[in-house]
Amino acid sequence: MRGTSTRTVNARGLLRLVPSRPVPPPPAAPGDVLAEAEGLRVHLGGRPVLDGVSVTVRAGELLALVGPNGAGKSTLLGALSADVPADEGVVRVHGRPVTEWSAPELALRRAVLPQSASLSFPFPVEEVVRMGRAPWAGSDLADEDDAAVAEAMARTEVTGFAGRPYSALSGGERARVALARVLAQRAPLLLLDEPTAALDLRHQELVLRLCRERARAGDAVAVVLHDLSLAAAYADRVAILRAGRVAAGGPPAEALSEGLLSEVYDQPVEVLPHPRTRAPLVVPRREP
Amino acid sequence: MTVLDKPIRPGAPAGPASPPPRGRRTAAWLLTAALVAGLLLLVPVAAGTGAYPIPVGDVLGSLLNRSGLGGTELDRVAESVLWNVRFPRIVLALLVGASLGCAGALMQGVFGNPLAEPGVIGVSSGAAVGAVAAIAFGLNFLGTWTVSVFAFVSGLVTVLVVYAMSRSGGRTEVVTLILTGIAVNAFAGALIGLFLFFADTAAVNQITFWQLGSLAQATWPKVLAVLPCAALGLGLAPLYARRLDLLALGERPARHLGVDVERLRVVLVLVIALLTAAAVSVAGVIGFVGLVVPHLLRMVAGPGHRFLIPGSALLGALVLLAADLAARTVAEPAELPLGVLTALLGSPFFFWLLRRTRRRQGGWA
Repeated sequence: MRGTSTRTVNARGLLRLVPSRPVPPPPAAPGDVLAEAEGLRVHLGGRPVLDGVSVTVRAGELLALVGPNGAGKSTLLGALSADVPADEGVVRVHGRPVTEWSAPELALRRAVLPQSASLSFPFPVEEVVRMGRAPWAGSDLADEDDAAVAEAMARTEVTGFAGRPYSALSGGERARVALARVLAQRAPLLLLDEPTAALDLRHQELVLRLCRERARAGDAVAVVLHDLSLAAAYADRVAILRAGRVAAGGPPAEALSEGLLSEVYDQPVEVLPHPRTRAPLVVPRREP
Repeated sequence: MTVLDKPIRPGAPAGPASPPPRGRRTAAWLLTAALVAGLLLLVPVAAGTGAYPIPVGDVLGSLLNRSGLGGTELDRVAESVLWNVRFPRIVLALLVGASLGCAGALMQGVFGNPLAEPGVIGVSSGAAVGAVAAIAFGLNFLGTWTVSVFAFVSGLVTVLVVYAMSRSGGRTEVVTLILTGIAVNAFAGALIGLFLFFADTAAVNQITFWQLGSLAQATWPKVLAVLPCAALGLGLAPLYARRLDLLALGERPARHLGVDVERLRVVLVLVIALLTAAAVSVAGVIGFVGLVVPHLLRMVAGPGHRFLIPGSALLGALVLLAADLAARTVAEPAELPLGVLTALLGSPFFFWLLRRTRRRQGGWA
């Protein structure tokens, strides 16, 4: 008898730990800071990866995080999404330190696109996108599920293979499905780690157009990018990271200067204004 | 909040135009109905079949009679065979089969790995160590629950060890998982051997027979001994189906979607240990049910856990009832050990699975 009773107590205790339904965030006004890092330091494997970084991600704004390999872009995004704990400094999401939010509360406030998207079982594409609606299950907004999933799939152009198993897709198709899942979550803060890495020219443009539309609609979007011209064309602000610090930040036209970029990337670059749009084009200096 | 006002591109079809998931949902309902019907058919047949045959009509009559809905009482021998021998055995087969099937589905979900199974990765042997220790040393301070409790504790320790050893960076590599299973199985085998060495002859006989996996010793007290473990495990498991779906995306993405991954893992490891202990403590190590059953269902109805978990319990119950029926009738009047039979049928499936995966993606390495 003793054995059973302890087991029941165990199970009941664990059930009680299930938190009550989280409250969705109020709508954000343009310019509200939805995510910020302040004096953020992170050590991974004994090495400082972020060394005093301060950034803000504001509602209505698309922020591009750029920088050479190993500069700490993904770690910064990981810290903003509460994956990577801060050793020093503080990370706030919707004005509160990330450590004070529960996982379900955070899920209503921010959506995260990881760099690589794997799946253990061959779920069909539509079900993968629908997973993005999980945070809203049981809430009033669960009625939007079908519409949100359909819209996200149409926007990322994956509706055509909605029924195919995820495991049967190409890398670029998987990346778009993963993005569709993140969009379907309809969180006011989007954190995207290299959403364009596996995509062709057309879909790179498509993804950044989507990001900009979300920002125009009042969301805060932070994107890790490698293509500086792409960042310059779409981002409202750019933060250039170098060795765990922000080397420069601001509107693309100001932040992306020839001298700084050549130094940060250790590669001479030229920054030219686009002949028609005047947006900066960043190209490596190549000898003929 | 995020109404996108740009019109949807005319080329892209709008709306959830996806027949396959819908089709799968229908398949899930049909399968559930078929499994329940199969169980309703097989139970009276299994109750009537054996060394003392009882017509199915009489079985149903006796069932109705006992539940006070009319029917007729059979003669004394038939009643006794039916209610003291066959029914406890059938109920036990259903409980053990459901526990094994469900534990397999859960374990594959938690490890994010289709090869995880209590037998393959050594959790069954781990639970067996506790059960053997209880039998070998004649422990009974917890009454009929002693063996179950011992099996639960050692099974729990084993799941935790396997989990800790085979995971790194939030992923379980198949090779590491299988190798961990080999090591755990070897260690558990050594411990069981050690306990056998110290046990007296009667206990050795009991253990040897039990180890082969059998339901021959089924009695109502044994049913009661596993019922709490099995019922609690089977009741809790479906509550975590949605979260297991999300876990397929990986630990971080699941957390981004609001899953408290750490708590989910702790609860599910407990549930797996409960179910495995329930099965192992009465029936010994019965392999491959937890591997084959969820795989078959995934092929037909897709990997969604909302169907997979209850479906695996149903199909596991059906498979084990059929296997037990075969084990006691194929070589009449002798009885095949049930664990031997499931391994005979299950291992070829394992081979086929390995070959198919090699063909499709060049193996697991």
